Amino acid sequence: MKFTNYKTEGHYDEYFRADGEPRPSIEPFVHRINEFSRAEISRRKTAAESALLKEGITFSVYGKQQPEIDRIFPFDIIPRIINASDWDYIERGLEQRIYALNEFIDDIYNDRKIIKDKFIPEEIITSAKSYRPQCADFHPPHRIWCHITGTDIVRNSDGQFYVLEDNLRCPSGVSYVLENREILKRTFPVIFETMKVRFVVDYPNKLYETLCNLVPENVESPNIAVLTPGIYNSAYFEHSFLAREMGMQLVEGRDLVVVDGFVYMKMIYGLERVDVIYRRIDDDFIDPLSFRQDSALGIPGITEVYRRGRVALANSLGTGIADDKAIYAYVPDMIKYYMGEEAILPNVPTFLCSDNKQRLHVIENIKKLVVKSVNESGGYGMLIGPHSSKEQQDDFIEKIKANPRNYIAQPTLDLSCVPTIIDDHYEPRHVDLRPYVLYGEDIWVMPGGLTRVALPKDSLVVNSSQGGGSKDTWVLQTGDSDTTDTVNMRQSQRAREGFNA
Amino acid sequence: MLSRVAESIFWMARYIERAENTARFIDVNARLILDMPMNSALQWEPMIRVTGDTNLFRSQYDNANQENVINFLVFDRNYPNSIISCANKARENARTVREIISTEMWQCINEFYLFLMNPSAKKDAFANLNIFFSSIKNYSQLMSGITESTMVHNEGWHLSRMGRLLERADKTSRILDVKYFIILPEVDYIGTAIDTLQWTALLRSASALDMYRKQYNQLSPENITRFLFFDPYFPRSVKYCLRRCDISMHDITGTPMSSYSTLAERQLGMLQAEIEYADISEIMQSGLHEYIDNFQMKLNKVGDAISSSFFTMQNPEMSIERKRIR
Repeated sequence: MKFTNYKTEGHYDEYFRADGEPRPSIEPFVHRINEFSRAEISRRKTAAESALLKEGITFSVYGKQQPEIDRIFPFDIIPRIINASDWDYIERGLEQRIYALNEFIDDIYNDRKIIKDKFIPEEIITSAKSYRPQCADFHPPHRIWCHITGTDIVRNSDGQFYVLEDNLRCPSGVSYVLENREILKRTFPVIFETMKVRFVVDYPNKLYETLCNLVPENVESPNIAVLTPGIYNSAYFEHSFLAREMGMQLVEGRDLVVVDGFVYMKMIYGLERVDVIYRRIDDDFIDPLSFRQDSALGIPGITEVYRRGRVALANSLGTGIADDKAIYAYVPDMIKYYMGEEAILPNVPTFLCSDNKQRLHVIENIKKLVVKSVNESGGYGMLIGPHSSKEQQDDFIEKIKANPRNYIAQPTLDLSCVPTIIDDHYEPRHVDLRPYVLYGEDIWVMPGGLTRVALPKDSLVVNSSQGGGSKDTWVLQTGDSDTTDTVNMRQSQRAREGFNA
Repeated sequence: MLSRVAESIFWMARYIERAENTARFIDVNARLILDMPMNSALQWEPMIRVTGDTNLFRSQYDNANQENVINFLVFDRNYPNSIISCANKARENARTVREIISTEMWQCINEFYLFLMNPSAKKDAFANLNIFFSSIKNYSQLMSGITESTMVHNEGWHLSRMGRLLERADKTSRILDVKYFIILPEVDYIGTAIDTLQWTALLRSASALDMYRKQYNQLSPENITRFLFFDPYFPRSVKYCLRRCDISMHDITGTPMSSYSTLAERQLGMLQAEIEYADISEIMQSGLHEYIDNFQMKLNKVGDAISSSFFTMQNPEMSIERKRIR
């Protein structure tokens, strides 16, 4: 199935330049795929999908109909490919960003130097819904708060990468990265070998080491567990997958109990102490004594045990403060403040609706902008101006006026595209990228990530709940960038100067 | 092992075995259809009565013909013991212990479920009942083989064996009871060719015919009961199932055999003693059906005791840090 009639449709295409020629690092892949017949591609596509079904990498739609049907997450076998020099840039940018974010969290729950030195206004912190006073005057082990981060990165029409949002709570999706890779290795074994792709398979080992780093001193044979909300959670597959890959207990809240200042698991012989918990339950639900009282998922009293250092949590409580999209706008300032450096990866220019001047600008230009609620994720609570009706825009303007702190706005980006199989040919579809970063003894960026793809034509929403699928992400061992670092630096400079004033 | 996980493994195995045995029940009848010399009005009603869920069936179906009975026992998602419900629950349980069981075990259960969920499954079933029910048996036996050879034989494995064998003991006794429900309306058949046909079908559905023949030449109710209930070596016999269940239970608790530290061990031990010291002629005299009824009641008690001894921690403060090193 050839790319002959493929059109980039005026977007930045990860495979092809505007003149239709394949980018140099992608050229060998394009060449080989062109050799496959249409029937052969179709056969491999079907085989990949049935493997996903057979392995049960599916989600169920519960409650809507009987019988409920299992569906696989849409998966496209044409990978997103990133050359070595682009990756090197992303990697450096993420290391820097995660370091600064962690410093920031530790600072605002303790000394608040960044507020005292007037880099960030105090009210933006204290007004954040995800700010947790329960974490004040507390340092987690090694002062690391965000052990696992999934940062959403997009490439705009200018070829520049931007950070779209930080996910420091319970980022999900890494299991799909690993499973997609297994499937694609089977789908294109020969091509995979010739392309020299960096491997992602040791993520579970690295995660295990990251968690081991949190074991309290004097514990000889530690118990580490993965905490899940349970089988009906949409990410349950991942929780179970990671527990299995790391050989850990997968526990639910009801399996744990706080007794005499420690957390125990209810085993068939009695209680067994647990030392580290990789928790996949949000702060709100983890402890009905400290957070939401109506939570049936949590473990009453765990927050106090945590503050006394008798159990470690990954990620720490309170990291959600850095996910707040108004605070996101200050990340380049954090990098400058804590590290004395310019941000390597730029933010998307962001207007804070809590600022009078910026709010007026947003309201005037709402049909050109993307408006986002500061605490939502998953593509919820947002307005894409150019794709919205006048009524929707008016509705959002009302919401902004009613609660300005809750909204930010950004220019609509033209996300880059990757060829995707649509019926019997390829069409460009918009993608984003979520690399995963672990913060243990060092900061480690997994060479790869989850590429999400918006499957409906021209759609910019990649979330799986809204018609998004995924692709394998190949980070090559070699290859030069088409978009050089100079461009990157210049762009990021412009982004900073233009909007954060 | 977590109590919740223990419970899921136990029930996962139990539901798979239940699905297999329901297939075996229906198979008795399906085989009789093939074997019956004349076109006698074949009874499907007993299939419902033997399950003990007659009322539920009656509330949803007007008569007990082949189609309705099979729809109810195999494909009815509102009937909690239908094969499809069992497969679904086995799979939900497997999903909650996905990190404990092997990938192969999970794939097997998942494929079993997908097989039943296939839109053409119903059509295939009615097109050839024997082949369809063989497939169900095969999935279950594949599952037990995979469990045997891919899972570490630790507590989890012992729990799955307990679940499987308890269910099997219950269902073997019920298969024996099918005969009671079939023959009762037509006492004239006793000792005739049809009687022989029925016993043969019954033994075959318990995969017991060949093994039975090696020990006993003639088909007699007494010998068949002896074989299905009390044979120490036939792996579907009640005695065999209870003995192995007892071994697994003691392996988990560490209590020496023939003694007990939990309610579950005590209940199972008492029931086992009854089976070990039973007298076949006494049973036949006082009525096999009544004996089976009584047995099933006690077996239910064992199930309840397992739940309270292993799955529900009544008082967690009592037993801090009894970590067991093996």
